[in-house]
Amino acid sequence: MSATVQTLEAMERPPVTMSSRLEGELLEVSMGPQHPSTHGVFRMNVTLDGEIVRKLKPVFGYLHRNHEQIGEQTTYLGSMPYTDRLDYFCSMSNNWAYALSVEKLAGIEVPERAEYLRVILAELTRLQNHASLLGFLLSDMGAWGTPLMYAFREREKILDLFESLAGSRMMCDYMRFGGCRVDADDNWLAGARKIVDRFPKFLDEFEELILGNEIVIARTQNVGKLSADLAISAGITGPMLRACGVNYDVRKVDGYGFYPRFKFRIPLGEHGDTYDRLMMRALEMRESVEILKQALAQIQPGAIVNPKAKIRAFRPPVGEAYGRIEAPKGELGFYLISDGGPNPYRYRVRPPSFINLTVLEDLCLGHTVADVMVILGSVDIVMGEVDR
Amino acid sequence: MESLEQIKARAEAAIPGAKIDIVPNLGPANQPSLLIDNEHAPAIAKFLRDDPTLRLDFCSNVTGVDWLDRVTKKTVKVKKVVEGEEKEVNEPIEERIPGYLEAVYHLFSMAHKHGPITIRMRTRDRGEGARLPSLTPVWRSAEFQEREIFDLYGIRFDGHPDLRRILMWDEFEDHPMRKDYVQPDDFEWEPTPHDDVLARAKQHYAPRPAEQELRPS
Repeated sequence: MSATVQTLEAMERPPVTMSSRLEGELLEVSMGPQHPSTHGVFRMNVTLDGEIVRKLKPVFGYLHRNHEQIGEQTTYLGSMPYTDRLDYFCSMSNNWAYALSVEKLAGIEVPERAEYLRVILAELTRLQNHASLLGFLLSDMGAWGTPLMYAFREREKILDLFESLAGSRMMCDYMRFGGCRVDADDNWLAGARKIVDRFPKFLDEFEELILGNEIVIARTQNVGKLSADLAISAGITGPMLRACGVNYDVRKVDGYGFYPRFKFRIPLGEHGDTYDRLMMRALEMRESVEILKQALAQIQPGAIVNPKAKIRAFRPPVGEAYGRIEAPKGELGFYLISDGGPNPYRYRVRPPSFINLTVLEDLCLGHTVADVMVILGSVDIVMGEVDR
Repeated sequence: MESLEQIKARAEAAIPGAKIDIVPNLGPANQPSLLIDNEHAPAIAKFLRDDPTLRLDFCSNVTGVDWLDRVTKKTVKVKKVVEGEEKEVNEPIEERIPGYLEAVYHLFSMAHKHGPITIRMRTRDRGEGARLPSLTPVWRSAEFQEREIFDLYGIRFDGHPDLRRILMWDEFEDHPMRKDYVQPDDFEWEPTPHDDVLARAKQHYAPRPAEQELRPS
């Protein structure tokens, strides 16, 4: 009886040559979660053929804390400060979406001045979100620092306004069911007018700096094209949808708040590529400035909270409601089911940036790794909202 | 936009065998929903998407809801023979409603700019029968959201192209959004040692005989 020991040397292996490594071998790369361009802890499993992306699977959940279950275990008002942490760039619009849904659920009216304040704060949020997004996107393309600092300079002015009104720069916790928490005095409104009046000057400067730039055009035009049919089917919302030429803005369609009272236009893209998505933000900021000018001119003194809205022992009647607003990143919705108790039976957030990532693979296929970062930057995600 | 009764009548006429119920919503929001049967759900969804007057091409929100077993108490009049006489007696009875999981879809139309229409599907039970047909082939936006429902509620979607966990890690076993989910005792060392890991840990920390002898008495 003899036993043979098979060693590694005895096994037949194909000879390794340079050509067999280079031709047609796919390489799997895990991009993230610590990559600086993934805007938080987000990972993509990318299959590469040389430098070309052949497959891309996003991996979520690094920031998952089961926000929805925590919302079911606290009272309705107790969830309000926690909505700030969803999309931590736009806490004011998160507050508004949640307040709007609860007002639908319980049938609460909102006084006029509170609606104006909500519009003003939501549009200021849109300004600072879009400005800093453009800065981050330029950073992703390799323009380190300068455009981002220009954008953050303007963002700081708006955050100072938030701080003087709500007491906090980013975690504002400002809206209440049936109104707002504190009133804005005349000094605050004068300060807001000053910032809004100066904002177009910044936009002129910023657009001149970046949007005509040869490198920006080379990196973004015809990169990450999205067709209108796919965008509608995949539930894409916000500037990303309008860059494909689909005219759908919740501010116009639902007419919530006092948006029907203001004159503004919806900018639409033509090609659906990264450059259009970038331009969409720049054009939307101009329209936001128009809305802000009208709102700041029309606002009248009055009550800021509905006196009939209960704060203690708030129990909405049995039923369910879905409310949505046009947040800077897309359609932000809250779906609530009440069983008559002090906390919701079901509390659901419809996060726009999570659903906008559905088409990330379709956008990136056939492009290089360097383009993936630019495309992801133009989708505009915040991981606090994606993972919840 | 058409009323839900008209949509129900037209859909049932267009798809033979389909059964749609209207679920009322008592709250001030007044958003009643359509409960569609699981067998014909993809056909009904296609009808809602492609019908020229509805064109519900935008599926905005997809989510799950967990409804536990419920016991409702009722009083029913029962004829009974009491002391040789037949009488009507009020008797309390308990009615047991088995629990189920629900998937809720909020539909809008980008073409006609109306909505929302809410449709919902219910599973047979909360255990093995928690299966529903996937509507991802109809609306692509349901892809990640149905994965999320599978992850957090444990509804299996038949026909979904890529049904994996999305927010929790792959080795996680329970479904944390269910109402009867029990949180682990120890968050720090989750997953807590169990079975062979626990046996090895006990073996590791058990005092060895040599050490016992060395210990001063």
